[in-house]
Amino acid sequence: MYTQALNNPAVEAGVEDEEKLAAFQARIDREEKIEPNDWMPAAYRKTLVRQISQHAHSEVVGMLPEGNWVTRAPSLKRKAILLAKIQDEGGHGLYLYSAAETLGVSREELVDQLLSGKAKYSSIFNYPTLNWADVGAVGWLVDGAAIMNQIPLCRCSFGPYSRAMIRICKEESFHQRQGYDLLVAMMKGTAEQQEMVQDAVNRLWWPALMMFGPSDKDSKHSADSMKWKIKRFTNDELRQKFVDATVPQAKVLGISLPDPDLKLNEETGHWEHGEPDWDEFYNTIKGNGICNKQRMKDRIKAHEDGAWVREAAQAYAAKQAAKKSAA
Amino acid sequence: MTDTALFTYCMRLADDSAILSQRLGEWCGHASHLEEDIALTNIALDLIGHARELYTYAGQIEGKGRDEDALCFHRVEREFNNLLLVEQPNDDFAYAIMRQFLFSAFMLPFWEAMMSSKDEQLAGLAAKAEKEATYHLRHSAEWVIRLGDGTEESHNRINNALEFLWMYTGEMFECDEVVSSLVAEEVAIDPMSIKHLWDETVNTVLVRANLERPTESWMQTGGRKGEHSEHLGHILSPMQYLQRSFPQAQW
Repeated sequence: MYTQALNNPAVEAGVEDEEKLAAFQARIDREEKIEPNDWMPAAYRKTLVRQISQHAHSEVVGMLPEGNWVTRAPSLKRKAILLAKIQDEGGHGLYLYSAAETLGVSREELVDQLLSGKAKYSSIFNYPTLNWADVGAVGWLVDGAAIMNQIPLCRCSFGPYSRAMIRICKEESFHQRQGYDLLVAMMKGTAEQQEMVQDAVNRLWWPALMMFGPSDKDSKHSADSMKWKIKRFTNDELRQKFVDATVPQAKVLGISLPDPDLKLNEETGHWEHGEPDWDEFYNTIKGNGICNKQRMKDRIKAHEDGAWVREAAQAYAAKQAAKKSAA
Repeated sequence: MTDTALFTYCMRLADDSAILSQRLGEWCGHASHLEEDIALTNIALDLIGHARELYTYAGQIEGKGRDEDALCFHRVEREFNNLLLVEQPNDDFAYAIMRQFLFSAFMLPFWEAMMSSKDEQLAGLAAKAEKEATYHLRHSAEWVIRLGDGTEESHNRINNALEFLWMYTGEMFECDEVVSSLVAEEVAIDPMSIKHLWDETVNTVLVRANLERPTESWMQTGGRKGEHSEHLGHILSPMQYLQRSFPQAQW
């Protein structure tokens, strides 16, 4: 998983050829896919690089909170499911970095942006996974929220991104079901297991709602993304869809959601909900979440510890190429 | 007696897979690059699959109602019978790769030979595991070569790993009464019968990696009798913590 509307600064529009712009917009309006070699406005390219790379970084950083439980998974079956899921996230990172590369940026540059703190990733991964039920709650709520965000991206105007999303969404919906299944198993279990589930949901519910980004009234930069059909629904619309889908699932599970304002509006059919703590959200985005620094420290360590491995692979490849050309 | 021997034999193989998969799982999210992160956890997944089948089968042979999780999560250090090699830590990527290579160079011919075991369950598992071991060996051997013939640093690191881990390779070829009784029934294979294949793989790869094969030296032993290095307890502690803390719970 996943994308987040992070209120990024607007991309400088620059001066574009009016005719080309009009033709480009006409293609988008006809729902044609834009492919890497097609002409596109610089701002469209920049917006996509930023969004796709943030998404890729989120997948990769997101491996850490789940990885936190790999060695402690309580059964061999659950360990296999968890490892396979995290592996999928790594695979999503790979597809997405590749999709971003089609726009003329290298994976190395993007990784450097992440490690230098220049690039953002989803705020959700700056929360810790504190008990085994968190693994299930991440699948159910975090991947569930990701799916709401990502299904519309399958129709994104940029071809490589939309095709990557089709594949990713299939896997994410599987993850969500696995997460829910884990929680169902625990809710059928002992009182201690049930407490773990409730505790995990209490901690992760609001951060999951924050994954859709700031409220529409504070979200400034979606106009271009909407016009270009990168984004098709507003943050609040997606958040509402998620709440509507999730509340009945919580009831089936037999847990409560930590929002006293949650109630069904009989007229609209929507579940009305309270406001997430936006100060906490912005503070986490700024880098002050409980795990921000730890996550970056872990990514930097893996990258630095792996430097000699990557150098060796390159040195070996260069030697092989030299041998081949000498032969 | 045969059942006891077969139970022990399956448990040894299951413990090898479970402990090595636990070590490989430690890399999840921390490998040098994404592709390798996925590769190492993929090997871990294959091994968890082997462990599950073997523990389940061992539990059936034993007939005391212990399932795969009871056998994996409710035994102490001295009851684990894995090879010392597989419990050695991930000191760096070179150690992880060399450990995998030395093990997979054995497991590939092992599973190939086990495909003709008279025990149908083991033969069936061997047919599947052989395909996976082919990939594990290819992957680890390619890295041994790349690291050995890469930079000076990578050469030194993989060489250190080879020299350290070498003393744990003798254990793979041990043949005690458990093994020999099953060899007599054509259920198990004599590990010495595939030693030449292991030697051939190891020698070929080490040459390509510019590494020198360590001279035959003292070989450590004990894993098959539950006498381990200090590392095993630290592997089991996190691995078993939830099962031990909540023994009544189903997960």
